[in-house]
Amino acid sequence: MSEAAVHDDHHDHKPTGIGRWLFSTNHKDIGTMYLLFSLLMFFVGGAMAIVIRAELFQPGLQFVNPQFFNSMTTMHALVMIFGAVMPAGVGLANWMIPVMIGAPDMALPRMNNMSFWILPFGFTLLLSTFFMDGGAPAGGWTMYPPLVLQTGNAFPFLIFTVHILGISSIMGAINIIATVFNMRAPGMTFMRLPLFVWTWIITAFLLIAALPVFAGAVTMLLTDQYFGTSFFDAAGGGDPVMFQHLFWFFGHPEVYILILPAFGIVSQIIPTFSRKRLFGYTSMVYATVAIAFLSFFVWAHHMFTVGMPLAGELFFMYATMTIAIPTGVKIFNWVATMWRGSMTFETPMLFSIAFIVLFSVGGFSGVMMSITPVDFQYHDTYFIVAHFHYVLVTGAVFALFAAAYYWLPKWTGHMYDEGLGKLHFWTSAVFVNILFFPQHFLGLAGMPRRIPDYAVQFADWNMVSSLGGFAFGLSQLIFVVVVFKCIRGGDKVTDQVWEGARGLEWTLSSPPPFHSFTVPPKVTEESAHG
Amino acid sequence: MSKPRTSMLRTLFLIVVSFTSMLVVTPAWADWALNLTKGVTPISHQVYDLHMRILWIMVVVAIVVFATMLWSIIHHRKDKGAVAAKFHHSTALELLWTAIPIAILVVIAIPATKTLIAMEKTADADITIKITGYQWKWEYNYMGEDLTFFSVLAADSRAVVDKTSDAKPEDIDNYLLDVDNPVVLPINTKIRILTTAADVIHAWWVPALGWKRDAIPGFINDNWTYIEEPGIYRGQCAELCGKDHGYMPIVVKAVSKAEYQTWLVETKQKIAEASSGADREWTLDELMARGEGVYKTNCAACHQANGEGIPGVFPALVASPIATGAVEDHINIVMNGKAGTAMAAYGAQLNDIDIAAIITYERNAWGNKVGDLVQPMTIQATR
Repeated sequence: MSEAAVHDDHHDHKPTGIGRWLFSTNHKDIGTMYLLFSLLMFFVGGAMAIVIRAELFQPGLQFVNPQFFNSMTTMHALVMIFGAVMPAGVGLANWMIPVMIGAPDMALPRMNNMSFWILPFGFTLLLSTFFMDGGAPAGGWTMYPPLVLQTGNAFPFLIFTVHILGISSIMGAINIIATVFNMRAPGMTFMRLPLFVWTWIITAFLLIAALPVFAGAVTMLLTDQYFGTSFFDAAGGGDPVMFQHLFWFFGHPEVYILILPAFGIVSQIIPTFSRKRLFGYTSMVYATVAIAFLSFFVWAHHMFTVGMPLAGELFFMYATMTIAIPTGVKIFNWVATMWRGSMTFETPMLFSIAFIVLFSVGGFSGVMMSITPVDFQYHDTYFIVAHFHYVLVTGAVFALFAAAYYWLPKWTGHMYDEGLGKLHFWTSAVFVNILFFPQHFLGLAGMPRRIPDYAVQFADWNMVSSLGGFAFGLSQLIFVVVVFKCIRGGDKVTDQVWEGARGLEWTLSSPPPFHSFTVPPKVTEESAHG
Repeated sequence: MSKPRTSMLRTLFLIVVSFTSMLVVTPAWADWALNLTKGVTPISHQVYDLHMRILWIMVVVAIVVFATMLWSIIHHRKDKGAVAAKFHHSTALELLWTAIPIAILVVIAIPATKTLIAMEKTADADITIKITGYQWKWEYNYMGEDLTFFSVLAADSRAVVDKTSDAKPEDIDNYLLDVDNPVVLPINTKIRILTTAADVIHAWWVPALGWKRDAIPGFINDNWTYIEEPGIYRGQCAELCGKDHGYMPIVVKAVSKAEYQTWLVETKQKIAEASSGADREWTLDELMARGEGVYKTNCAACHQANGEGIPGVFPALVASPIATGAVEDHINIVMNGKAGTAMAAYGAQLNDIDIAAIITYERNAWGNKVGDLVQPMTIQATR
């Protein structure tokens, strides 16, 4: 840690060269690295999605063999979940939490450095499996045994990658909790925290509770494969379904890990562009806590078809249905925030409104799937593929776009190109629906998920979906142009940036100094959350 | 700046239009199915009704919420001179929109619970079928009838997948949804269906019956069905089970009880005929001819029709140490499989003649010229 040898209190002192990034302990630089890394992974995962949609453009096998196709679906999910959406959320947390609560940096800056830098190693390991004997993992991102045990040389790399990513996320989560609990500015009480900070504390607790279970489950896979245990092998007294229980005990909280920060983002943006305070702040906080709490009691709705006892099926059906209640509260509160506001529709607002509408569409299909007897039909079809892409793409990813447009002027000091931003929004919003909406029809008509080729009666909607997919993919290049244009220059913005914005980050200069809030600000009820 | 953008938009527009027109003129695919099937069992009808009821409730909720938003977007905008109101909470409203969803959910939960309870009543079945999933085929065992057979993807679809035929998917009737041996079931009979698997997890799904259920190695799930209309109902494996997950369809042929009884007798006879002759000497030509067919059905999915496998994933048989080495090792791996890989134990799946034919074929096809032939009696002796 030679960099720490010289300490300088000067606000804008920045280390220079590659060392600034490699040894960084600055939350803004680490946040930037997280965000750029996730953008890269978004395109890596996106390229895999294009391969999938190209193969499914027509019936028959055109481009890839079925084994490689399975690798594509598996790796697309792993890269998008662990490489794109999660790091983007952590990047935003790094950048924004200290400046939102009036702290000079994250509580544990060196750990912050490590939690970022092990990510590129993790993904190098994972992506290197494409060149191994047996190919990349092809058993699905859910890694169900016994199928996953048929993975070739990639198997131990898959497990080790999961461990690395898990360690990274847990360190990030500890850091966020330590920061928010210890480093709030005077007057920044918990019930004055911006909702983005609230959703991230809850997310951090979910990470700490859920990830060790996942790490344990994949370690049991490892010992089943190499050390003669039979945790998941019925022939040795084990149970393959037990893995699914463990996996989804992690997996369901995981989907909230992906979506809660998105709720936080939208709760920042809607009030800003409605020029009106967030409706029902307190119920928003309680609803988020309720969703997180319930998320530990609904896991088996991912596996209704494994054949549970009737009592289990009923319990998980009722528990799952109750999640609709706090989620509904959030949607209604956002709509009530917009109601009788004074709205303008800049790109962040457009993405946030699209989030509310399209995330709700995913929520509606979610309620349908919570009904166990009907889920026996929907399960493992394109209906569920449509559902989780509505909540994760038009949900989580749209919120991340909204966040990027919202805070880019603050981060860079330049206004992004609003025309290109709006073009990005409209192309994304139109094409994403052409991509995913027809998948509802495919699933209901009987098309299973994770198949490389299909019966000809599914051809029409698959072709529509693929066309939407290619166009949606191309539209994302606009985003890259906007981001890099904005980093390089553009109209100078004020500290306030957005007329209706509230919160401590808007009291800092744009861009903020390298070290901000070295003297803590005073927070009052009036200057608190949006 | 505006000029290149317009030309970019125009190019985009042209691409979309040309693709769309392609789509409109595509022949024979005019299906555009939108909704779940009603199915042909009392349970599938209940499931369909539940699906439609919840769908419409969701549509109504969507209209109310989105219309409110739209009204707000149209009227409460700054450029229309809207001034933001100051309110930021209302306990009454918040209680109301907690209570209404609860009421809706209760209305949905009651019929859902009833249907679920009905689905789990597997007792008092007239016949029982045990279905076992394999990579990548289904085995149907008519319990108490001494009748067991495998059902694999039909040869015409297989040929398209393996690219050994020039046919296009649209030339084939029921591409990927047809099998060699459909499972025949009687109508108006309560049928208990047990699902399990031999290797990895599969899921048996025929949408017209109204449910799917996982087939899990080492465990048995039970379900039931009661088909009301004769007909052919198609489905697929619904749980990712490896490379050929997309190629293990299911065909249920529902027939009258009388036809079912006739079919039982005929099928048992056919199976007995196929395994007769195991105790005589077979010639190389006979075994090669039979071996080619059995190989295509059972082995070509991984090792490929040309015996070259998929490098790094499934080993080639051409000039391989097993297929050209000691015959005992070859017999052993075909009979007992290879642990930790997708190579299954075929001893339990195929009769002596078929196994002898496969091994003989693999040792003498594609330039493998070992020259020896394995007699069915040799296989019988290893059992």
